[in-house]
Amino acid sequence: MEVNISTADQILTTDGIPLKVSLRKTERRNKIRAFLLVFPLLLFIIVTFIVPIGDMLLRSVDDSQINEVYGKTFEEYKKWDKEKDQLPPEAVYRALFEDIGYGDKLKIGRAITRMNYSKSGWKSLIKKTRRQINKIVKSGELPTSYKDTLIEINKGWADPTFWYSMSQMLAETTPIYYWNAIDRTYDQDSKVIMQSEERRIYVATWIKTFKVSVYVTFYCLVLGFPVAHLLANLPLRYSNLLMIFVLLPFWTSLLVRTTAWIVMLQQNGVINGVLVWLGILSDDGRIQMVYNMTGTIIAMTQILLPFMILPLYSVMKVIPKSHMRAAQNLGAKPVRAFMRVYLPQTIPGMSAGGLLVFVLAIGYFITPELVGGKDGQLIGHWIAHHLKTTINWGLCSALGAILLGIMLVLYWLYNKIVGIDNIKLG
Amino acid sequence: MALPSYATPVQRTYYYFYLFFCGVVFFFLIAPLVAIIPISFSRSPFMLFTEGMLAWPPEPEAWSFRWYRYMVGICTDKNLTTPCSNRWMVGTVNSFFVGGISTLVATVLGTLAALGLSRPHMPFKGLIMSILISPMIVPLIITAAGMFFFYAKVNLVYTFTGIILAHVALSTPFVVITVTATLVGFDTNMTKASQSLGARPVRTFFKVIMPLILPGVISGALFAFITSFDEVVIVMFMASLDQLTIPKQMWAGIRQEISPVILCMATCLVALSIFLLTTVELLRRRSEKMRGISHR
Repeated sequence: MEVNISTADQILTTDGIPLKVSLRKTERRNKIRAFLLVFPLLLFIIVTFIVPIGDMLLRSVDDSQINEVYGKTFEEYKKWDKEKDQLPPEAVYRALFEDIGYGDKLKIGRAITRMNYSKSGWKSLIKKTRRQINKIVKSGELPTSYKDTLIEINKGWADPTFWYSMSQMLAETTPIYYWNAIDRTYDQDSKVIMQSEERRIYVATWIKTFKVSVYVTFYCLVLGFPVAHLLANLPLRYSNLLMIFVLLPFWTSLLVRTTAWIVMLQQNGVINGVLVWLGILSDDGRIQMVYNMTGTIIAMTQILLPFMILPLYSVMKVIPKSHMRAAQNLGAKPVRAFMRVYLPQTIPGMSAGGLLVFVLAIGYFITPELVGGKDGQLIGHWIAHHLKTTINWGLCSALGAILLGIMLVLYWLYNKIVGIDNIKLG
Repeated sequence: MALPSYATPVQRTYYYFYLFFCGVVFFFLIAPLVAIIPISFSRSPFMLFTEGMLAWPPEPEAWSFRWYRYMVGICTDKNLTTPCSNRWMVGTVNSFFVGGISTLVATVLGTLAALGLSRPHMPFKGLIMSILISPMIVPLIITAAGMFFFYAKVNLVYTFTGIILAHVALSTPFVVITVTATLVGFDTNMTKASQSLGARPVRTFFKVIMPLILPGVISGALFAFITSFDEVVIVMFMASLDQLTIPKQMWAGIRQEISPVILCMATCLVALSIFLLTTVELLRRRSEKMRGISHR
């Protein structure tokens, strides 16, 4: 580009525009062009993925649906002075009567489920009441005292604990699902208490999920380290060949590998068969290795092992072999040379592989579901359970949100240590 | 990596133990996949090695293709009570349909985005990259739950469209990563040369950039395809029987009727993964050669 030098500090292009301005313009145009290339995918991911995840996070605290059904009741309820009267005033009963009597049947049904999370007993109370109220509404003879009528229909309406539990439903948002996700719930005074004994399952499952992930990560490290070392130090001809053993499971369908483990581990399976054939086990002494925790850990270790070996391999590949030789030349025994010279250099690989395996293990669903049996279930099982079986979508979302939070923290760590765009495949 | 001649007996022992240990791990990695192949040719209706299969000399009666016939929907065998239907074939067709379309969309979107991301002028590169990669990072069960709630609102649950959208979202990160990796060390002088010789951007793209990044694009596409082809969690929640795919049918098979038909399909999938693995590996080498990066 031809330039005219007019003054000492301002350079002009042939068009007479200052070069600075012209350059900035080009720069901006380049930025826009680059962004336009990325834009379609960015928009696609935001619409099909980020928004649904955000929607799920909102759902985990959302309590607006119940407000829709009992809008009038809640309005009157807020005016009730609990210090003065033991039971709410007539206006609350009247609003409740109208909300149930003229409300949308389907919405009331859904709200009942939500009410039952706050206090069990709501379900039958509302159901029974609704039937009677519908009769009264149909007959057209509206009661003079709504309070007496309702208490007559069901004694539950004279029970203050039901009314107290209603105070948890007033807000548009609720943290109750998060408390449920860690085995807590509200008592009648809206204080957080432990769930009843038989309903405490989630804390134990969270701990189990962590434990399994730690075990799997540890086993992957112990099994993966020597293999990665061997692959990194063998001549290329051999290591390329052996790499197939790592990459083939990596490319094979997860379901295929899980099925294969069922075939291997079941009571009539390959491993038990070989042990019996070798005479190590008697025919009736076959070990139960599948449909329990052992099965989950064995299968998950094999499935996640490539994710440990590959990052370790790429780190070990670039450690010069001369380092170990130099250390030994200087008088270090092999073990000492390994511990002081080689091992510290593999730490980036170990942390990358470790975090990757841990993060993948913690969100695992398919393998524990199929080979875990009853006691090998991890937190993913409950997310799926509440999604499809109990339709408790609030709790499902809360469990998912907690899991997501843990993942994000771990990935943030991963990013600090390795850098997220350093992920390599194969 | 051979042992030096002056190694002490202790070192020798360590060395052989180390080799043995690695051998065991390789065995651990590959044995389950190898074990299922012979069982899929078994005659017995159970997923195990029968005595006939292990006998020496081999007994031809113990082996058969009957489960493969079941798999392709030939139900002439009347002696068996195992349910036989064309479900596996319907699943195969659906899997290729969903996988094919998702791969196409994911490859186009992912390649464009990777080209943009590798430009030096890209604003907010880190943030955008993490958004684009996020579907790969978030556990599938969370993705499935979120998508199920949201897609239910817009009536996309139990439709092919919904599943394809979900699969595209899940597989684009793989395309972005592989193509971005190919673009590292891409010589921008080549595009400049092409443009200075009078080629328009579109022509430059197809004549200069595309041939150079093609290996990366194909690898990315294969990753995308296998992601969609193997995906089971999303399909489990968002597909009805009308959108039966191979993983969905396999899941049902493992849960309900454990029969060697599953192993036949598993064997086919192992064969498919061997094919894909070989292709990707060959492409990687070709790409390295083309870009002048010597193979370490």
